[in-house]
Amino acid sequence: MRHIISITDLSLQEIDELILTAQDIIRHPDKYRDVCRHKKLATLFFEPSTRTRLSFEAAMYELGGQVLGFSEAASSSAAKGESVADTIRTVCCYADIIAMRHPKEGAPTVASVHASVPVINAGDGGHNHPTQTLTDLLTIKAEKGQFNGLTVGLCGDLKFGRTVHSLITAMCRYPDVRFVLISPEELKVPSYVKIPLKEGNVPYTQTTDLVSVLPELDILYMTRVQRERFFNEDDYVRLKDSYILTPEKLSHAKADLAIMHPLPRVNEISTAIDVDPRACYFKQALNGKFIRMALILKLLEVAA
Amino acid sequence: MNIDSIKNGIVIDHIKAGQGMRIYDFLELDKLDCSVAIIKNASSSKMGKKDIIKIDSNLNVDLNALGYIDPNITINVIKDSVRVKKYHPELPDTITNIIRCKNPRCITSTEQELPHIFKLIDREKDEYRCLYCESKANA
Repeated sequence: MRHIISITDLSLQEIDELILTAQDIIRHPDKYRDVCRHKKLATLFFEPSTRTRLSFEAAMYELGGQVLGFSEAASSSAAKGESVADTIRTVCCYADIIAMRHPKEGAPTVASVHASVPVINAGDGGHNHPTQTLTDLLTIKAEKGQFNGLTVGLCGDLKFGRTVHSLITAMCRYPDVRFVLISPEELKVPSYVKIPLKEGNVPYTQTTDLVSVLPELDILYMTRVQRERFFNEDDYVRLKDSYILTPEKLSHAKADLAIMHPLPRVNEISTAIDVDPRACYFKQALNGKFIRMALILKLLEVAA
Repeated sequence: MNIDSIKNGIVIDHIKAGQGMRIYDFLELDKLDCSVAIIKNASSSKMGKKDIIKIDSNLNVDLNALGYIDPNITINVIKDSVRVKKYHPELPDTITNIIRCKNPRCITSTEQELPHIFKLIDREKDEYRCLYCESKANA
């Protein structure tokens, strides 16, 4: 039995296999229609979500399985003070696999210790979001054909942006990848995320200026400044409009730039960019379903 | 000041002056019914002042955990009044409930029953990080 708490729980070979499976699902959906019949996915979302929860649920339905769970902590016994451990022990009585989102960092690690079925981290606070990263990797593979040699710009809230942390951790394992980290001083990448960069001698630069680095990027990964991660509203208000991508700024970018965003966005990408062929963020949302189908199959050890 | 030598037990020497009680508390020595001596501010040619703890019993605990609290201490194992082993504790791979995670976003901040576990990430830099949220340990 495997749990996926961090993207590093998967080897590069396993990620490649998941991408291949997802691509096969896209080409031959009928092959996978009923392979998870009588299997149940529990979606335990202690924090709100649109894409992640619905894509997990859509993934399980498309595999012929069933879904149970809750979409906010208030509708679970967590509201009565039940511990993560007790919730997980209970849910394991009813489900074959668990996807869990929690506002506190490390909650899925606690869950994995007490679970008798596979646990997938669907986002824990500002820490990790491995299935978003699988989604991002599938999208990058589709747009760029490979991971090697790309210059990846990550922009916005790099401190609390769990999708950013997991993507850096994943992409730094590929050869000749370079990172450009664009954020306000207060929202720079935490030190633990930079450990694999330093250990692997992966080149990266940190800057506060998006426009000056745009021309060198193959991928621009925008993120939202997340109100829910701030204890102080004044800090949020001061930082929330740090970066807004507009068509004018994009005029400096490469013609084959891939503009990505884990969504939801607020105003950091102008809606005028949605029609730009370089915009990939809604493709990411679609890919999220396919890669999660592949991951569910792998963890349930089900073959098509 | 005279402290009787011990027959079978442990002498923890070269404790940084002032840290003796912390180690006493960590090892829960108050729960033992054997003789335990804490010597504070003893003279030391190397350290100037040091603390020493003498325990007239064989403790059934992993003393390497002391390596996180004070890596310079010396542990002497005494059998039949003779020192049979002398060593410095190595930094343990994990430490549990010695320090607490201070990240207010960590799951340990709300789940009071959880043990505070830190993993050794870099032995050369003595760097530990929280098992759950990966925040750096602050001793």
